[in-house]
Amino acid sequence: MSKRSDMTNTHNWSGQKLVSTDYLLFEAPREKHFMTGSEVLKEAMKRCTVDASVSYPITPQSEAAHLIGELWAEGYVGTYFRGENEFGVMSEVAGCAMAGARTVTTTSGPGTLRAMENFAQWSGTRIPCQLILMARGINSPLTIQPDNLEVSYMLETGCMIWYAENVQELFDMSIAAFTVAEKPDVHVPIITVVDGFFVSHTREAVMLPADDIALEPYDPYKAPLPPIDSETPPGRFLRDPFVMKSNYISYATHASWQWEVRSAVERSRPYAEHYLKGLIHITGEDDAEIAFVTCGTASNQAKEAHRELMKLGIKTKVIKLRTIRPFPAKELLEAVQGIKHIFVPEFNVVGWLEKEVRKELYNKCEADIVGGPRVAGGMSMPAEAIIAEVMEKINPGKGA
Amino acid sequence: MANQGPAYYSPYPAATYEGVITPPEGKALLLEDVVDEETAMREIAKQMLTKENATIFPGPQVLYAWSDEAKRKATLIKEMAEVLNANMIPMYDYRPKYPKIDAEIEINPNHPNLTIWENKIKAAIFIGVHCHYANVALKIVRAETDCYTIAMCALSGHEDAMATIRDQHASDLEKFIKIAKEVKSELGV
Repeated sequence: MSKRSDMTNTHNWSGQKLVSTDYLLFEAPREKHFMTGSEVLKEAMKRCTVDASVSYPITPQSEAAHLIGELWAEGYVGTYFRGENEFGVMSEVAGCAMAGARTVTTTSGPGTLRAMENFAQWSGTRIPCQLILMARGINSPLTIQPDNLEVSYMLETGCMIWYAENVQELFDMSIAAFTVAEKPDVHVPIITVVDGFFVSHTREAVMLPADDIALEPYDPYKAPLPPIDSETPPGRFLRDPFVMKSNYISYATHASWQWEVRSAVERSRPYAEHYLKGLIHITGEDDAEIAFVTCGTASNQAKEAHRELMKLGIKTKVIKLRTIRPFPAKELLEAVQGIKHIFVPEFNVVGWLEKEVRKELYNKCEADIVGGPRVAGGMSMPAEAIIAEVMEKINPGKGA
Repeated sequence: MANQGPAYYSPYPAATYEGVITPPEGKALLLEDVVDEETAMREIAKQMLTKENATIFPGPQVLYAWSDEAKRKATLIKEMAEVLNANMIPMYDYRPKYPKIDAEIEINPNHPNLTIWENKIKAAIFIGVHCHYANVALKIVRAETDCYTIAMCALSGHEDAMATIRDQHASDLEKFIKIAKEVKSELGV
C-alpha cells in the first residue's frame, strides 16, 4: 500500500520525482492535452503527493471523486475511502488532515450544505485540506448544471476560497492551493471553486507537465498546532478542546481564536499573489469606462461581450477575481479607477459577488454598480445578455 | 504589530486587519515596520534589558527533549535568560487550566494575561510555542496588558507581537545572544 514510509528523499511512494511548486507550475515543460475539468483535476492530484482522499461520489455531480479513486488504485494517492454521506466525508477529511495527511475531497451543491458545520470546524482547527467545489446550485428544484449559489454559504467559514475560470486554471490552482494552504502562517483549508458542468464536464485544451514529477510531501510538524501524535510532545490523540473547562476565559480565547483564523486567510495574500500571478486578472482596454467584475466562467462570457462591444466602438475591461477569500479589495479598487459603470454578471439569483463588490467599493469609488446579468439553475449566459445589459445602461431604451 | 487599540468592535485586535502581516524571509517586524533581523534583535535585547520583570515564555517545542534541535535550543534559552537578566515562566501545554491557573509559575495561551498581570511583566519573549497558540495568546496580551511582546519563531513569525523575528534556529539564537551581550554592555545593565 502507498505510504509515507515508502518515500525517499527524492521520490514519493509512486516513484514520482519530488519537485518544488515553482518548478511544477512555472518551469517544467508542458504538453497540450484535451480534457474535461474532472479529468484535469485527476491529473493535478496525480502530481500532488496526496496522502488521503475521502469521497461521497454521488452522481451526477462530476466524475472527479471517482477519478481520484482511480488514482488510489493506480498507486498515486495514499489512501482513499468513501463516507456514508457528505457530513461524514468532511468529518473524515478533518480527521485525516489533523493526523498530518495532505487531504483532498470534492463536492457541490446540496452536499456542500449537508456538510456545512464541518467547514467552520476545518478552519478553526487550522487544517490545510483542499475542497474542490464544482458549483452546481442548491435544491430545490434540483439542478445539476452550473449555478454557484452555494459559494455564498461558504464565504464566512474561515476557509480560503479561490475561483478557477477554466480547466487550465483548475489544474494550476489546485496544485498551488495545497502549497499556500500548508504555509505555516496560513494553514487553513482552501476551497477551489469551478463552475460545474461548464468546467467539470466540458473538454478543453490544457497544458500539463509530465506526470513523473510531483509536489514535496506535506510536513505536519510545521503546522501551527501540534498534529495528532501521541509520541511527540505535547502528545495528542485529538486536537485540543479550546473553550471547555473554563467559562471565565472562554470568551477571550474564542474571540482571539476567530480573529486568528481570519488573520491566517489574510496572510495568504503574498503567497497567492506569487503562485496565481495576481489575485485578479484584467483583460481589455486600460482606458475603458465600463468594467465587468467576474469570477469563474462568467469571466469567459464577459470577455466575449468585451470583444463584441469593441466592434461597436465601446471600450470595456474584464476584472476577473481569482481569490474571493481573501477578497482582493486593494487590487479591485485600483482596477476600477476611471471606471463609470461596473457590471457584475453572475450564475446565481442572489448576486453574492455583487454584494461583495459593493461592500468593498462603498464610499471608495464613484462608479455605478449594476448587479447583472444574472442567470441560474443551469441557464447559460450568452454574451448577448451581457451586451444588452450594457446597452440598456449607456443607451437606455434603444436596445443592443 | 499595527497600532494599539481595538479593531472594529472586538477587544482583541488583529494586526492583519490593519494591513500588517508576517515579515518576508530574512526580515523582521518591529511594530508595523519591516526591518533587518539584526536591527530587530538589538531592539529586542534593549526592551528585555530595560523593562520591568522581563520574562521568557518557553513553549512545548523547546521544553521537551523530542529532538536534538529542541535540546540545543533549550540550553541556549537558559543562556539567553541569564544574558537578558530575565525570568523564565513555561507554557507547558495549551489546554485551559481548570479551575484556576497558578499564574505565578505558569502561562497558558488561553489566558496569558493572568500570568502577565500576576507577575507585572512588562516585556516577554514567546519561544517554542506552536504558531497558532502563540497568535491566540499574543492578541489577548496585546488587548489586555501593557506588556511588550516579542516572538522568536522557528517558522514565519507573528505580526501581533510588537517585535518578531522568524526562522529562528539554534544558530540564530547564538547570534541573538551575542548581540544581546553587546547591547547589555552598551547599556551598562
